[in-house]
Amino acid sequence: MLSCKQASQLISQSLDRRLSLRERFALRLHLLICDVCERFRQQLLLLRDMVHKLRSHAEQDADVQLTAAARQRIAARLEHSPKPESGGY
Amino acid sequence: MAAQHDWLTEHGDFLYRFALARLRDPHLAEDAVQDTLLAAMQNQGFAGKSAPRTWLTGILKHKIIDIIRKQSREQVVEDLGEDLPDEAGMDDFFADDQRHWADKPQAWGAPQDELEQKQFLQVLQECMNRLPTKLAQLFMLREVHETDNEEICKELDISTTNAWVMLYRARMNLRKCLELNWLGS
Repeated sequence: MLSCKQASQLISQSLDRRLSLRERFALRLHLLICDVCERFRQQLLLLRDMVHKLRSHAEQDADVQLTAAARQRIAARLEHSPKPESGGY
Repeated sequence: MAAQHDWLTEHGDFLYRFALARLRDPHLAEDAVQDTLLAAMQNQGFAGKSAPRTWLTGILKHKIIDIIRKQSREQVVEDLGEDLPDEAGMDDFFADDQRHWADKPQAWGAPQDELEQKQFLQVLQECMNRLPTKLAQLFMLREVHETDNEEICKELDISTTNAWVMLYRARMNLRKCLELNWLGS
């Protein structure tokens, strides 16, 4: 029988790798009888979901822009970099 | 010839937001955009195989990983490195018998509406900021960048087992931090 500690480790790892059949079985058994670990599992899933939401919000935040100074720095840097040998076309 | 300035004008902000969402540092994000446009200039042979933005984003993803890797190399080895027994720092979560929760995860509600979600994301962001650097990097690579484990281990030069252990610690810490700071309904 898995301990809560082992179960919590497997729950976390299930987000990073495919658990073996044996591990999945043991975990499922543990989760059937352990509400706390089941809660932990759901919280980790919510955590993952929310991290993705956080990312998409950050990606879509129109207020976040390159500053004029940053834009100029980049433009200057591009100006001075060697041109590709082939010239593109 | 495709003008790099057009790329900067048309896609600069998009690329910057993309990078900032993953690197969380304005200077590093700027570097990533610059590196991407430079690489794009040197390699214009894509010749319309994909939309410029898609193509540039593909380059940017690699540049972001490069930056994270460089960062992790430059860091002084922290106490969360490879050399620690994998139980260190996690004892508080479990009872002395190392089997049962000492600090049982409490129920917290998932955010119910848009306002709650906004609050939740703020707390989450703060909790992520509080993670030790190394854990934060790994967690960002895995969950924000969605890099697979094999690549993470290669990039950060850690073992698979260590990656699992560190991701576990990161999640345990974040979960706890959310429990303490998020008052869900």
